Amino acid sequence: MAIRERLSGNEAMAVAMKQINPDVVAAFPITPSTEVPQYFSTFVANGQVDTEFVPVESEHSAMSACIGAQAAGGRAMTATSANGLALMWECLYIASCSRLPIVLACVNRTLSGPLNIHNDHSDSMGARDSGWIQIYSENCQEAYDNMLMANKIGEHPDVLLPVMVCQDGFITSHAIENLDLVEDDKVKAFVGEYNPEEYLLNKENPIAVGPLDHFTHCFEHKRQQAQAMMNAKKVVLEVSAEFAKLTGRSYGLFEEYNAEGAEACVVVLNSTAGTAKFVADQYKAQGKKVAVLKPRLFRPFPVDEIAEALAKYKAIAIMDKAESFNAAGGPLFTDVTSALYAKSVFGPKVINYIYGLGGRDVKTDDIEVVFNKTLEIVATGKVDSVYNYLGVRE
Amino acid sequence: MAYNLKEVAKKPERLTGGHRMCAGCGAPVVVRQILRALKPEDHAVIGSATGCLEVSTFLYPYTAWKDSFIHNAFENSAANISGAEAAYVAMKKRGKVKGETKFIAFGGDGGTYDIGLQSLSGAMERGHDMVYVCYDNGAYMNTGIQRSSATPKYADTTTSPAGKVIPGKLQWRKDLTGIMASHNLPYVCQTAAIGNMKDLYEKSEKALYTKGAAFMNVLAPCPRGWIYNTPDLMELNKLAVETCFWPLYEIIDGKYIVNYKPKNKLPVVDFLKKQGRFKHLFKAGNEYMIEEIQNEVDKRWEELLRLAGEEV
Repeated sequence: MAIRERLSGNEAMAVAMKQINPDVVAAFPITPSTEVPQYFSTFVANGQVDTEFVPVESEHSAMSACIGAQAAGGRAMTATSANGLALMWECLYIASCSRLPIVLACVNRTLSGPLNIHNDHSDSMGARDSGWIQIYSENCQEAYDNMLMANKIGEHPDVLLPVMVCQDGFITSHAIENLDLVEDDKVKAFVGEYNPEEYLLNKENPIAVGPLDHFTHCFEHKRQQAQAMMNAKKVVLEVSAEFAKLTGRSYGLFEEYNAEGAEACVVVLNSTAGTAKFVADQYKAQGKKVAVLKPRLFRPFPVDEIAEALAKYKAIAIMDKAESFNAAGGPLFTDVTSALYAKSVFGPKVINYIYGLGGRDVKTDDIEVVFNKTLEIVATGKVDSVYNYLGVRE
Repeated sequence: MAYNLKEVAKKPERLTGGHRMCAGCGAPVVVRQILRALKPEDHAVIGSATGCLEVSTFLYPYTAWKDSFIHNAFENSAANISGAEAAYVAMKKRGKVKGETKFIAFGGDGGTYDIGLQSLSGAMERGHDMVYVCYDNGAYMNTGIQRSSATPKYADTTTSPAGKVIPGKLQWRKDLTGIMASHNLPYVCQTAAIGNMKDLYEKSEKALYTKGAAFMNVLAPCPRGWIYNTPDLMELNKLAVETCFWPLYEIIDGKYIVNYKPKNKLPVVDFLKKQGRFKHLFKAGNEYMIEEIQNEVDKRWEELLRLAGEEV
């Protein structure tokens, strides 16, 4: 029997970490992810886990310690947001190239500057090329579920990559929701023991990690890393299927909502997808059909599946809670449009909305602006502006 | 058992030959002697900051390290090894590792005094059971001899060049050993590979087998940066100690002990004149520089003696 609980998104992630009981958690406080190590250190202090908690002096050291711990043969986890993730940047790449399946709870927050503690996706979007698997979560339940699946995905022998589980700072991290928890013993069995093939603490077979890797071999190593990312998609689906058997909660590469018969679609990540689904229901009741496609797996980007799913629409609005400052569109927009082009999907008209930067509230009437625009494009076949801002004063 | 170099040198090498460190470099001498202080039955997880030691001993697909080795980045050798040590503690509790493993983090002065100081301070303060070894060659040698906060005053480096107006580095060296002493660690020392390397060996043994975080600052001359003939390495080590430019001392649970007091303290000029980086100090009109350096060496030596409760 699943356990009914009321938890915030941060608490849900911390509870998942408690149930996983990793060898090492190294973390540094930063709003809004601070609660994750707070809750976790309480679990340590009360003997609910036997993890070594390493209260490092910076996020750079948090990721550095996680690398050392995971390479040593342990399971290492951390949590951070915004500037904390940025301070880890150098080591994010080192973790992924060293093929260390560390798990990071990323509570999305605006990356400075200017200084802002509220939610957007500029932090994790900036890390999208760091070689980490990125999984996005709409609500507390998804944040919890994705954390439970993260180790299993990253540690799969065909993958061996670090995993970042993202949720929206404050909007879900500090919102208390009813959710279903999996029993401790079932989590333990599902996540399994971590038994790496090679690790520093194996006296019988000492290894060396992190070489100077010249042009004679570095390119091949990068190619292997890219292959691991390609392999990850299948593993995500396998692990999600196994999770569905355990919990009845099904997850794919993305969620399509209200797709049937719709000619317009809005693509949006994390909590705003919830708002968009709510508006989609209202529109449906009025006989207007707008679908919502919520990517769950952003790295690797499910190019084939997303292009195939979007091919049926006449108009698509892609919403980005991050700027690329490329003067052309946000990161989700450029990935989706390049997927469409690469898969020869030329039918849909595609536009981009940059929204919610610095935590600007996104209400249902904002979503209606987007929905109405996509329906207008369906009706007229005309796009007057591709790259748009939503809810900004200008 | 009394220290015996012949016996100690018979121990199997844990850093093999064939690595690419320069002839006449102090660092591999230091590393090999430190590793000899490990009990043969103990496994070691050794880390290094990016720097000469790392890039010359672990070029894919070869490693010179017989123990497990990890390089992460430039500024995080201490944090990296602290994570490995934390995993060891957790895995030991869970019965997943057996036997003893010792943890050693190496960094040059650039990776320790400068960019890695925060990471080092954090790891030491947290009290991981590890040894951090700074091999101090007084500049960023790997990138081509740039000044660090360990570079001696007036030394000629590529970013503190001795020019027509500015005569080399203008600042005194940072007192890193003092900073580490202020962390109230169970064991802190300053040492060098001199004579039969007894001081270095015994301090390594203490650092490795004292429970908790230990710090060693070890002089490691660099023939390229200091500009000396490679066979002069051991003489430079000796002169650094005999002039009290690099005193040998340790701080055990806060108590300062000066391990060596030269009977006949040599003038610092004997150390300086052997090195090309101080060549400009010997031009007419620059005598004041040598005098200043001598005064600073004397002042720091007297401070150290006072800290150790010795007669000045």
